[in-house]
Amino acid sequence: MDKVRKNKTAIILFMLPAVVLFAGIIIVPIFMSGYFSLFKWDGMTEGAFIGLGNYVELFTSKTSGFPKTVQNALLLAVLSVFVQLPISLGLALLLAKGVKGEKFFMAVFFVPVLISTVVIGQLWMKIYNPQYGIINTALHAMGLGAYARTWLGEQETALFAVFVPILWQYVGYHMLLLYAGIKAIPTELKEAARIDGATEGQISRFVLIPMLKPVIRICVIFAVTGSLKAFDLIYVLTGGGPAHASEVPSTLMVSMIFGRNRYGFGSSIAMFIIFLCFFFAISIKKMFKTEVE
Amino acid sequence: METAKGKRTKKTLLYAVLGFWAVVNIFPIYWMITFSLKSNAEIFGENIIGLPKEWIWSNYSAALTTGNMGLYFFNSFIVTGTTIALTSIVSLMATYALTRLVWKGSKMVNNMFMLGLTVPIHAAILPVFILLRNLKMTNSYQALIIPYTAFALAMAIMICGSFIENIPRELEEAACIDGASVYGIFFRIILPLMKPALATIAIFTFLQAWNELMFAVIFISDSKFRTLTVGIQTLSGSYTTEWGPIGAALVIATLPTLVLYAVMSGKIQKSLMAGAVKG
Repeated sequence: MDKVRKNKTAIILFMLPAVVLFAGIIIVPIFMSGYFSLFKWDGMTEGAFIGLGNYVELFTSKTSGFPKTVQNALLLAVLSVFVQLPISLGLALLLAKGVKGEKFFMAVFFVPVLISTVVIGQLWMKIYNPQYGIINTALHAMGLGAYARTWLGEQETALFAVFVPILWQYVGYHMLLLYAGIKAIPTELKEAARIDGATEGQISRFVLIPMLKPVIRICVIFAVTGSLKAFDLIYVLTGGGPAHASEVPSTLMVSMIFGRNRYGFGSSIAMFIIFLCFFFAISIKKMFKTEVE
Repeated sequence: METAKGKRTKKTLLYAVLGFWAVVNIFPIYWMITFSLKSNAEIFGENIIGLPKEWIWSNYSAALTTGNMGLYFFNSFIVTGTTIALTSIVSLMATYALTRLVWKGSKMVNNMFMLGLTVPIHAAILPVFILLRNLKMTNSYQALIIPYTAFALAMAIMICGSFIENIPRELEEAACIDGASVYGIFFRIILPLMKPALATIAIFTFLQAWNELMFAVIFISDSKFRTLTVGIQTLSGSYTTEWGPIGAALVIATLPTLVLYAVMSGKIQKSLMAGAVKG
């Protein structure tokens, strides 16, 4: 058997496709992005090496608007953690109590996760439509027509109008993870707390939620890194506009590279997104670890 | 102790919350299906949220013919199907070599793949675009299939890894004693036993590839190879005033997912949980 397990040809044959794909499409391109980010380059003519010039521009240029995009992404991350996750947790706790129709509610709450963000974006675009959209129609019907707005077209409202569907779409996903986590907690713990006279609320607060820490940690990581990578819904709904009001790093990157041929500058944005994702993933893991000790 | 009445109000409240959230989740889909069958007059005023009074099936033929949704559906089907097949076989082979074959560096390579779980696809978009352009491969099915497969691999290998743990090594040893080669063991023993893992990977990869937008926008400019997500974007650009055909296109794009979900919701939920076990 040892001989079989150490068959060199087999090892190479089995590993080759995965390694070639992974290296060719992910690892090497990351290094290439890093390399490109050191150049002022339009993709056609010869690039000029400018060292960290693009990174300096990221944070000092007033016209690129990059700091604002990071701020928007971080705001989305904060909303995900402090609005979206609590809703998910609340729903998971309610469902895990064993209500009638548990399976049905579960299935329904999960539907938005499965549907293409493009479809969801198109639907919300119509929900927000200033003339015929459901929101404005409802406002007019209730005599609140003064509050009707061009939700996606005004600088003050665009950002939040874009955030609502993003947050809404993934509530079901976090809920599913948390629900599974709650179900995995031995029922004896709950029983013991109940015998000691704990109310339902106290059981949730002092028994279930502390036991859920590992799942909550995963949810927080997903919520934060997902916010940093957010692209599809914003691209469909506003394309980052109006006047960059709803711009996030990834939409800025795409418009810099493919709209304005700023390959080097766009690459520096890409590198910064990777950096942020790893930075937050690692710090969140650390944060939860120290808290457990 | 709680009174019976208090308990009942509590219960009503509980169902009110759950019911409200269910409506919030299901309404956009209900609305999409109904307005895909309505005329503009109904959508824009007469009958905004009710069932269609007159069922306009021609919205669907408009989406399929002038909107080209038939072709885009076919393209998405080819791209997603091939991506699933490739991801399954490539990740299974790699997982087998990583977990059951013995070689130096297997741990390190495995960790490398797990890093892929955190890397955002943006990281690669420009270099991959340049690569495809130099190989004259933009505007082809491969332009999407190859990157989709590469980005699905990390998750697929993780899923395979957790499933392969449950296959006892003794099975392989017995086959070896019977004279099977490493390939025989892989194809006759491992592959058939890994079917549940492959189902999980298929679900995961389906959702990713079917719904992907960024690569599809940038790598494909020829409408011959356009996939559904980009097709819908184009359609909504050209049909700004007529919502019916757009609704029909949205339904066409969503139908496979909804049918799949109706048939196997439990399995799909479990599959998506698998992605989070190790975080």
